[in-house]
Amino acid sequence: MSWWNNQAALELFPLLLEGFRITLLATLLGSLLALTLGLVFAFIDRTAPEYIRRPLGWVLQFIRFTPPIAQLFFAYYVIRPNLGIGVDALTVGIVVLGVHYATYNAEIYRAGIEGVPKGQWEAVTALSLPQGRAWFGVILPQAIRRVLPSLGNNVIILFKEVPVLSAIAVTEMVRVGKEYTSDHFAFYIEAFTIAGLIYLVASYPTSLLMRKLEVRLGN
Amino acid sequence: MATDTTAAQVETDTQALGPVVNFDKVVKRYGELTVLDELDFSVKPGERVTLIGPSGSGKTTILRLLMTLEKVTDGVIWVEGEPLSHMRDSGGELVPANEAYLRQMRKRIGMVFQQFNLFPNMNVLRNITEAPVHVLGLSKDEAAVRARELLELVGLSDKENAHPSKLSGGQQQRVAIARALAMRPDILLLDEVTSALDPELVADVQNVLRDIASSTDITMLIVTHEMHFARDVSQRVLMFDKGKIIEEGTPERLFSEPREERTQKFLRAVLEGR
Repeated sequence: MSWWNNQAALELFPLLLEGFRITLLATLLGSLLALTLGLVFAFIDRTAPEYIRRPLGWVLQFIRFTPPIAQLFFAYYVIRPNLGIGVDALTVGIVVLGVHYATYNAEIYRAGIEGVPKGQWEAVTALSLPQGRAWFGVILPQAIRRVLPSLGNNVIILFKEVPVLSAIAVTEMVRVGKEYTSDHFAFYIEAFTIAGLIYLVASYPTSLLMRKLEVRLGN
Repeated sequence: MATDTTAAQVETDTQALGPVVNFDKVVKRYGELTVLDELDFSVKPGERVTLIGPSGSGKTTILRLLMTLEKVTDGVIWVEGEPLSHMRDSGGELVPANEAYLRQMRKRIGMVFQQFNLFPNMNVLRNITEAPVHVLGLSKDEAAVRARELLELVGLSDKENAHPSKLSGGQQQRVAIARALAMRPDILLLDEVTSALDPELVADVQNVLRDIASSTDITMLIVTHEMHFARDVSQRVLMFDKGKIIEEGTPERLFSEPREERTQKFLRAVLEGR
């Protein structure tokens, strides 16, 4: 097998797994930020006065319709140097991905909130429940349950978007593979096949889990 | 001197026995459409009043206005001698009520909906205790005791841990009745509470409401198409058409000898529809 080098593959595997740890970390923290911030955006959209909602809407549109890599470069080369304190590339990457996907999650939450039947709000009013209780006890639990599969889907999409962070030198898995091949001027097949398989092994079961969840919540 | 005392006495008595609900020239419009047209009517404490009429005649709107789910376009609604749709500003003038005022006032009123509107993310007990705990400030235990009494009243003691989705429509509606009563409202609004139920489940819900009507002195406003039920429970029936009361009377009189042609037509249609 001249096109596949076992020696290189064995050497690559642990290196790639090490990079995969960074990928997972970025996915976890990025998604956490995207899920929380998305809810905050949706909540503001639903409750704040027009003069706050409208400019926020513009900002969210702008983020949604520009590529994450452009936002990444902007955050890394323009914003980061002006922060004064040392913020590492990984942190910048997590925040950029988190904010980018928060704008998508905001739309999903919004749809979920709008999908809660009007009668639930009327029951809340008829029982004089305070606003906080209405949102956190009645409306949001129902809204989030409805959109859990879509939110989960965005976690997977963000997971697959993590390699974009290699552009600002975050050594996530794909970057590790790229560095190895650049050092050797070879083993491209080994590096990216193994990286691809690791991705597949992680995301395919997750997507199956999501589908299962969708079916269960549908009942 | 003696006359003065008597006059004052009479006035105090009238105040005490004054209407629990009073509509004063209430207008409700949706754009061009006038749903209620300078409506005047009042309900005495403990009275059970049934509102009937064709759909779009304004009867459900009356309940929704009382529950503050809608705002009046004009006129004032009074509840127990205090304005509901309005509040008094510092000069004592009536101004449209703000949310904080409404939150205080609407505690006196409970409502049961056609579609039950139970909270699907909570079990039966939580559905009933949620408002007493978070609005009235009862402890969880106190609220649970109250809820269990009410579940017994509506015949669902064995369902306190069930989720609404596991209950029949009739059972859900009985939970909804218990949930409304748990707030101990002075006024209970029933908006076509059996319309969404399968025919064989209607009787259970109506029997519960008959029990409540005979064992409490809660004021009830009932919108229904079930004339038997209206006859059993209410002392007065108001017939609505195009946002106005066109006829009223005891159920015995109004159902057997309706005076207005519109009422006769409506009652015929309802009876034939059964």
